[in-house]
Amino acid sequence: MNSMVQVDSASAIAAAAAVAGNPVKIVAQGVNVYYGEKHALRDVDLDIQERAVTALIGPSGCGKSTFLRCLNRMNDTIVGCRVTGKITMDDQDIYDPQLDVVQLRARVGMVFQKPNPFPKSIFENVAYGPRIHGLARNKAELEEIVVTSLKRAGLYEEVKDRLGDSGTSLSGGQQQRLCIARAIAVSPEVILMDEPCSALDPIATAKIEELMDELRENYTIVIVTHSMQQAARVSQRTAFFHLGVLVEVGVTGEIFTTPRDRRTQDYITGRFG
Amino acid sequence: MAMTTGEDTRTNDVPENPLMGEHTHKAFDTDLQDLARMVAEMGGMAEQQISDATDALDRRDIAAAQLVVAGDARIDALQREVEAKAVMTITRRQPMAVDLRDIVAAMRISNDIERIGDLAKNIAKRVVVIDHEFRAQQVMRGVQHMTELVLSQIKDVLDAYARRDLQKAVAVWRADEEIDAVNNSLFRELLTYMMEDPRNIGICIHLLFCAKNIERMGDHATNIAESVYFMIEGKPLIDERPKSDTTSSTVVPFDA
Repeated sequence: MNSMVQVDSASAIAAAAAVAGNPVKIVAQGVNVYYGEKHALRDVDLDIQERAVTALIGPSGCGKSTFLRCLNRMNDTIVGCRVTGKITMDDQDIYDPQLDVVQLRARVGMVFQKPNPFPKSIFENVAYGPRIHGLARNKAELEEIVVTSLKRAGLYEEVKDRLGDSGTSLSGGQQQRLCIARAIAVSPEVILMDEPCSALDPIATAKIEELMDELRENYTIVIVTHSMQQAARVSQRTAFFHLGVLVEVGVTGEIFTTPRDRRTQDYITGRFG
Repeated sequence: MAMTTGEDTRTNDVPENPLMGEHTHKAFDTDLQDLARMVAEMGGMAEQQISDATDALDRRDIAAAQLVVAGDARIDALQREVEAKAVMTITRRQPMAVDLRDIVAAMRISNDIERIGDLAKNIAKRVVVIDHEFRAQQVMRGVQHMTELVLSQIKDVLDAYARRDLQKAVAVWRADEEIDAVNNSLFRELLTYMMEDPRNIGICIHLLFCAKNIERMGDHATNIAESVYFMIEGKPLIDERPKSDTTSSTVVPFDA
């Protein structure tokens, strides 16, 4: 290319600066995951920035959900699963044998693909976590946590008159926001979301996405999604996984307009055969 | 595809994007190829309109000029088709990255070509109203020279679009200077004729606008070069381009 031709992309640089200012919350270095003989994740190095939404994308079986589950040690529960490498949160090794996994999971909450409220009342669904973690000294404090969490999850106005009703009586979108309220109730620092909208209709999806925009002011969010449009809408940084390898990570605006790697380009433009 | 200019060496088929493989949705590839083909067709029409319009101006051929005026509607119609097809493709495919840039480039380029068509039509309209014996051979040679330069710029930039040729697009972007230079000298010459004899003012003003129209076509060619660059690179083409159109700051010294 002619060296005199200078290029610039003001908006992309502005977007990069906006998240570049945030400190790094989680650092993954040389992470490998094996399910028995299967090498599911290979040498992944990835920084997760604080108070930003990081989207993990890639075709099925690429390792994105596996990586997500490393961040709160959900893989520990899978027989035959082995994780090597180092993952730190606020410079603390989360695979340190001394570390209390229950405490870790209180700091790193999770929302799953299918809304999975407990078969209990709406109130109890949210109150359960704070109660077992001893976060409330009395009933009044517990009620306050429940109301605040429901408000933050954008659900309170819809359920405030029927907190005693079963959580499973809500619509799919409301159930998912209830699960988000439940995750928020224990004051986590990080929220992991594994395809949180794939079972929801477009309006419920829009509400969750709107909620993620608000939540990222206070929380670090990592989302796995199969919807490229969703990743483009909600995240500030995007990581593309393929065949267990982290292919490319960068500012979302750049990944979806000018990806550097051919594999990323092929995936996001629908060219994988 | 209607390729109308005689000496055109462009192939009729838009080559497959050499950088990319096929989409899983084959119909998406067809959508993108159709768009590129329509834009190339518009380009061919515009080239023909330009040479027909300046030819009619040279020969003061009113019938030929009227054909050019009428012919502009076809370019306009095709531009609306490109726009509709682009919007439909965005709606249906939700394109990302290189595909989105392809579509945005097609929309922008078709817009520039439509404007080039309007400028050719404007020249033809002036041919119809010029009713004057004044013949300025040198001015007409200048107009013809500018036309040749602009046609070559447009041909090159449409080539760069069809072949995704970054070097060629940048070359077009840089080569606008010569057109500006010819326009400047025409401007001065026409000023002289007007000062010599006020009866020349009417026609000279018309010729001045014709020259300006051709110069504007060159500007649209550089716009297209910028769109091609963006389509390929995903970044805007930003640089200090040599600018030498001085007509907006030229004044006639008037000795009272």
